[in-house]
Amino acid sequence: MLSGARLPRSLHPVAWWLWAIALATAASRTSNPLLLALIFAVLGLVVTARRGDAPWARAFRYYLYLALVVVGIRVLFRIVFGTGVTADDHVLLTLPQLSTPDWYAGIQLGGAVSVEAVLSAAVDGMRLACLLCCIGAANTLANPKRALRVLPGALYELGVAVTVALSVAPQLVESVQRVAKARRLRAGRARGIRALPAIAIPVLHDALDRSLRLAAAMDSRGYGRTGTATPGSRRITGVLMLSGMAGLCVGVYGLLDPTVPRPLGLGGLAAGTLACAAGLVLGGRRVSRTRYRPDPWRWPEWAVAAGGTLAAVVLAAGTGYDPAALNPSLHPLQWPTLPLLPAAAILLAAVAAFAAPPPPAGPARITAPAREPAVDPV
Amino acid sequence: MIQFDRVSVTYPDAARPVLREVTLTIDEGELCLVVGHTGTGKSTLLGAINGLVPHFTGGRLTGRVTVGGRDTATHPPRELADVVGVVGQDPTAGFVTDTVEEELAYGMEQLALPPAVMRTRVEQALDLLGLADLRHRGLYELSGGQQQRVAIAAALTAHPRVLVLDEPTSALDPQGAEDVLAAITRLVHDLGVTVVLAEHRLERVIPYADRIVHVGADGAVTAGDPAAMLATATVAPPVVQLARAAGWTPVPLSVRDARRRAADLRHRLPATPTQPHRTATTRQATALTAAGVSVRHGQVVAVREADLRLAAGEVVALMGRNGSGKSSLLWALQGAGLRTTGRVEVPTAAGPADPARMKPATARTLVGLVPQTATDLLYLDTVDAELAQADRDATVGGRARALLDEITPGIGGTAHPRDLSAGQQLALVLAIQLSAAPAVLLLDEPTRGLDYQAKAALAAALDRLSAQGTAIVVATHDVEFAATVADRVVVMGDGDVVADGPAQVVLTASPGFAPQVAKILAPLPYLTVAQVSAALAAADPAPAASHAYGGGGRP
Repeated sequence: MLSGARLPRSLHPVAWWLWAIALATAASRTSNPLLLALIFAVLGLVVTARRGDAPWARAFRYYLYLALVVVGIRVLFRIVFGTGVTADDHVLLTLPQLSTPDWYAGIQLGGAVSVEAVLSAAVDGMRLACLLCCIGAANTLANPKRALRVLPGALYELGVAVTVALSVAPQLVESVQRVAKARRLRAGRARGIRALPAIAIPVLHDALDRSLRLAAAMDSRGYGRTGTATPGSRRITGVLMLSGMAGLCVGVYGLLDPTVPRPLGLGGLAAGTLACAAGLVLGGRRVSRTRYRPDPWRWPEWAVAAGGTLAAVVLAAGTGYDPAALNPSLHPLQWPTLPLLPAAAILLAAVAAFAAPPPPAGPARITAPAREPAVDPV
Repeated sequence: MIQFDRVSVTYPDAARPVLREVTLTIDEGELCLVVGHTGTGKSTLLGAINGLVPHFTGGRLTGRVTVGGRDTATHPPRELADVVGVVGQDPTAGFVTDTVEEELAYGMEQLALPPAVMRTRVEQALDLLGLADLRHRGLYELSGGQQQRVAIAAALTAHPRVLVLDEPTSALDPQGAEDVLAAITRLVHDLGVTVVLAEHRLERVIPYADRIVHVGADGAVTAGDPAAMLATATVAPPVVQLARAAGWTPVPLSVRDARRRAADLRHRLPATPTQPHRTATTRQATALTAAGVSVRHGQVVAVREADLRLAAGEVVALMGRNGSGKSSLLWALQGAGLRTTGRVEVPTAAGPADPARMKPATARTLVGLVPQTATDLLYLDTVDAELAQADRDATVGGRARALLDEITPGIGGTAHPRDLSAGQQLALVLAIQLSAAPAVLLLDEPTRGLDYQAKAALAAALDRLSAQGTAIVVATHDVEFAATVADRVVVMGDGDVVADGPAQVVLTASPGFAPQVAKILAPLPYLTVAQVSAALAAADPAPAASHAYGGGGRP
């Protein structure tokens, strides 16, 4: 029974996204470098253990590079745009200082750089980098196209549009290359901007033809068969969605602006969410379709999602340990302590590496069109 | 199953209807072959079956089309998706998902079939079309034949009672086309699906057809028994033309039937043809020499040390399966494509020149290339503008229009190049490339999507050019075309030149590359119907009247 759910298969993409977003939430609550490092370690472990061999699954390292760049830029800026030092600070180095005009006061270039300032920049950067890597991990672990398939019925068209665009993009690139190469055969003398029509027009014609044929094919295959919707219900859906979106905007604004009474913000958010949900449900009834081999949601999905969520809850609640340990002070400079409960919660998120079934070997490979057999290589 | 009741279709801005008063009934389980020249209403007829005409294409349809009892006037294509499955020319144009399995399920998802049903139907379809080991593969990794089989399987999973296929093999190489056609006939015989099929290369499908529907240039449609229809049709495969020349009735439709009838004919014909399959125009002078030409794309060696000498006025057919390096060799010879090693020389007044080292404008006066997708070279609004541009680019201007009229007369100057038929587009691109007066002309798969008439026009144009001394290389899959135009045949396999010799020898050496006439008359070395007619006329002038139909030799 337990082993059946853990046979090689791809985990439900929503489980991975919940897990990653929860870890990102946890990371955003702390500036303790030890906890952040622990989160990095967990991400690294899970990605290494459970990614497939698809092209998108090889992307994690680029997120890591990006994370390093973020930390680097953050530290560099803090060094260059120094904020001055107080008497207790430990001066690391002193750069030549550029004087800025009076009207530009408040920003200082160069000057003394304290250890505290560099450390706080590094930790800040690390936190941002951690958020980035969480998103990267989700993209690496879950097939982005399968993730689109779990969109609610009302947003189905959107999902299809994105999927088609994703598969058409490589074909467009191929078409541009082909036409650019063929241009030499006609020896167009035009250069620069005047050469553009010779490439753009055949490519655009190609793309238009292709989309028309795709539309015809989709129509013939039953895309957009009408469900049970009447014009009336379609209007109600529209009204619900629009008012829901407006409610969401008002609510978010209310929550972020301290001068707006809090109940107004919460109320707006709740009403907006409700209206949107109702709109989606009603809109979903309009389309009647089923799903082939939907990803199952079994106990590994629960375990992965719960592991991540627990870490987020423990770090957000701040009870059961000294909340100050999450954001250790740099004044005076001291080695941060590792609070036990948050550390254990983050480690629990690493359960994902063992709870999730191993990815299937080889299947569902989607690569850019390597069309060697279909057409002679030109 | 399918009923057309006095159906006429007129497109907006068209002077006359594409289809006129069509009354036609297609029964359950029939394989119905739709024939007619390019530009007649073949696609319109097929599109009307599932309502794409006029719901999607626009235009005005009068009369009534019913499929499985549903009227297409009140049912748009999506509402007929469970009755009619459609497969087009280019399978990749219709793919919505990215793996084989998901593509097969897509149509069923739209029809809201229960998941359990979908699972079993996907498995059945995978088996039926032999796709089981490809189920997890990405659609764009597959070869053309496999892609087309996926498209057919995807249409079949919805269990339609009618399958409409619009030239499903026109973009495939012979092997891929064979696979697809074999799959289609199996469907007809095993499942009793009604199939309506349009196809240019009749020689491949006629043996399987139950009925032929002919769409005339005036939009009138006639239907009937294949043998009876073909005895008089203007479009006919070589086997039928041979039957006309030999006076066989009823007309045999397959090589096998014809061969059983041909014992007597083989006896009557002289052991060597009285005339060659084409009048050779090969001259002494060398037009191009290539030595040790290799092309490497990454790890793949597309062409391996090919040697080739072209004489002026010679026509060479370059054959071989998809991916065997034909295109790569042509592009390397022209100089626009990659050439890893080797040298190419074209004699000029100033001594031998390598087109790859020339400016593109000079290179095209030495070697002209018409690429596989000829329309890649067209970018202006009207035919006249394209021709004017060609004249400006040419060293001797003002000839483009004359060249075009010589190849295919009567193409209006104000027409948009994209609105022309495939044959007319090819003629336009050919005229543009010829306006530079190259000594060597290379054509990459020019016969793709051409009907018999357009192929005959192309063959005539190549004949004229070679008579003027141009050396020509045609990469083609089309054995019948090669048999009519080529003096010499070069066969490539996996980047190597496998065979290089006179067409007469290479084309009769193996059944894979033999034209129908050679298959029927083997071991006699005849390639074309014209040769047979001439030999018969020489032997016995009496039945000469029967040559009137097939005397041209060009299908």
